[in-house]
Amino acid sequence: MSIVFQRPHALTNAEFSYCPGCTHGIVTRLVAEVMDELGIEGRTIGVAPVGCSVTAYNFFNCDMVQAAHGRAPAVATGIKRSDPNNVVFTYQGDGDLASIGACETVHAAARGENITIIFINNAIYGMTGGQMAPTSLPGQVTQTSPYGRDVATQGYPVKVCEMLSQLDGATYLERVTVTDVKQVRNAKRAIKKAFQNQLDGKGFSLVEVLSTCPSNWGKTPVQSIEWLKENMIPYYPLGVYKDKGGEE
Amino acid sequence: MSEKVLMKGNEAIAEAAIRCGCRHYFGYPITPQTEVAAYMAKRMPKIDGVFLQAESEIAAINMVIGVAATGKRVMTSSSSPGISLKAEGLSYLAGCDLPAFVVNVQRGGPGLGGIQPSQSDYFQATRGGGHGDYHMIVLAPDSVQEMATLTVKGFDLADKYRMTTMLLADGTMGQMMEPVSLDFDEPTVYDKPWAVTGTGCTREHNIVNSLFLKPEQLEVENVARYERYKLIEQNEPLWEEYMMEDADICIVAFGIAARVSKNAIAEARKKGIKVGLIRPITLWPFPKAPLAAAADKVKAFLSVELSMGQMIEDVELATRCKKPVYLCNRVGGMIISPAEVLAKIEAIAKGDEA
Repeated sequence: MSIVFQRPHALTNAEFSYCPGCTHGIVTRLVAEVMDELGIEGRTIGVAPVGCSVTAYNFFNCDMVQAAHGRAPAVATGIKRSDPNNVVFTYQGDGDLASIGACETVHAAARGENITIIFINNAIYGMTGGQMAPTSLPGQVTQTSPYGRDVATQGYPVKVCEMLSQLDGATYLERVTVTDVKQVRNAKRAIKKAFQNQLDGKGFSLVEVLSTCPSNWGKTPVQSIEWLKENMIPYYPLGVYKDKGGEE
Repeated sequence: MSEKVLMKGNEAIAEAAIRCGCRHYFGYPITPQTEVAAYMAKRMPKIDGVFLQAESEIAAINMVIGVAATGKRVMTSSSSPGISLKAEGLSYLAGCDLPAFVVNVQRGGPGLGGIQPSQSDYFQATRGGGHGDYHMIVLAPDSVQEMATLTVKGFDLADKYRMTTMLLADGTMGQMMEPVSLDFDEPTVYDKPWAVTGTGCTREHNIVNSLFLKPEQLEVENVARYERYKLIEQNEPLWEEYMMEDADICIVAFGIAARVSKNAIAEARKKGIKVGLIRPITLWPFPKAPLAAAADKVKAFLSVELSMGQMIEDVELATRCKKPVYLCNRVGGMIISPAEVLAKIEAIAKGDEA
């Protein structure tokens, strides 16, 4: 009998700390599968953020650094500049990347830093228990927007791919999701491309993955998928926002 | 005898860093240390090094963390308000046990303060600067030569003890020009098996991390770090004693304040007042032993500082308040004059100081 499905080598045996039904687990696995397929685990260094994936350093078999909140792109810049032969990626959530780390994100992109960023957008702060994120939708109820996000006082969500697409330094920006098998396969394609770009020296690549947070959205995993499709995708349209490297 | 060149203090730091193997510099412009960055911007591209002007002080220190995690020598430099921004990174460097070299060419504060020399970041530097239980090794140069030699020393100590060394200079040291020798011994190479260099799929993955959610484990980490600090306190204090053999009054001063004090000592001795100086070169670890010994011999101490009186607390602790400790200071970017220090010495000698 041949093995058709197994744990990627780039994943450790550590149990994920993600809540049941959360799509983080899918994306974390996809990153590991891509490392396996590209044969880069031994020269990859990952940077874990502050947020639900703070302990990602336990999940990936490659060397890992845990960064301060929002600073992963700056830490990744240092690692990459230390040895450009290293493959360097960050794995960050929306609070980390689009709020406290917005400056580091924008400037890593502007510099065309040859790194790969996997950006989990689930429209909420998960780790701290469900506060309003920079990507929370207008009207979205969270612990810190209990009456729904009021754009008059709490402003509008940050559309990261759209914003970064204005920067000459950014090479590849794509927004995907993992709501069904087809979308998962598409997300993996995008993640693989974001790593391949780095191997080809093409520069800054970011894949935004629209994700669910059943625990803090107060929904079942299935309801969460539906909520994402009905509410997030219309506000954050899927697709390629920039591809300087050309078509595949 | 080695050849000497005339250099600005800030440039001497940069050249010394390069000569002891630093090939990565990250910074952000701020007066009065910008010459360090300018020098690095010129030199690094010529020697296959990396100079990167970061988007902020915060980004710069995190880039330092990235390089330090890979085991290479790396530095950043800034001035007081910029160091406050770097404080987060300084705490993470400590929590991750990473070696790094950080320069603070101090200016007057608080807030945006001014751009003239100051020593008012003493507390910040010697107590660590950021959150949590930790220390940095803090070196205080009093000449352009020491800007260079203590830079080399600082990189070595950082690697040796896996921690941050801060060179705590001031605007005077940074801006003044003096002859300096840049001949240094080959740097010691330290093994860094903890570095993230890629596993090559031949070893367990390395993790550079300061997160320990189990309190028992975090306590162990902190206690182990302080065991290392104890060794540093035993082995690494540096100081200069100047005219202390027969001194009745002991001035304690570092950096530019020490140089001013030496002039005042010469004048006081002409008037028959026996004054000496203990100049801490390491501010952490603070040279407690020579101060404790002096406390048995002298009649009084005088802490000369360009702050509202910060190091004076360490002088009082080191001497267990056995003898009176007086303060002579200017702040806000004003530099104390030898005449002002002399006046204080005379008042103490006459018994006028209470």
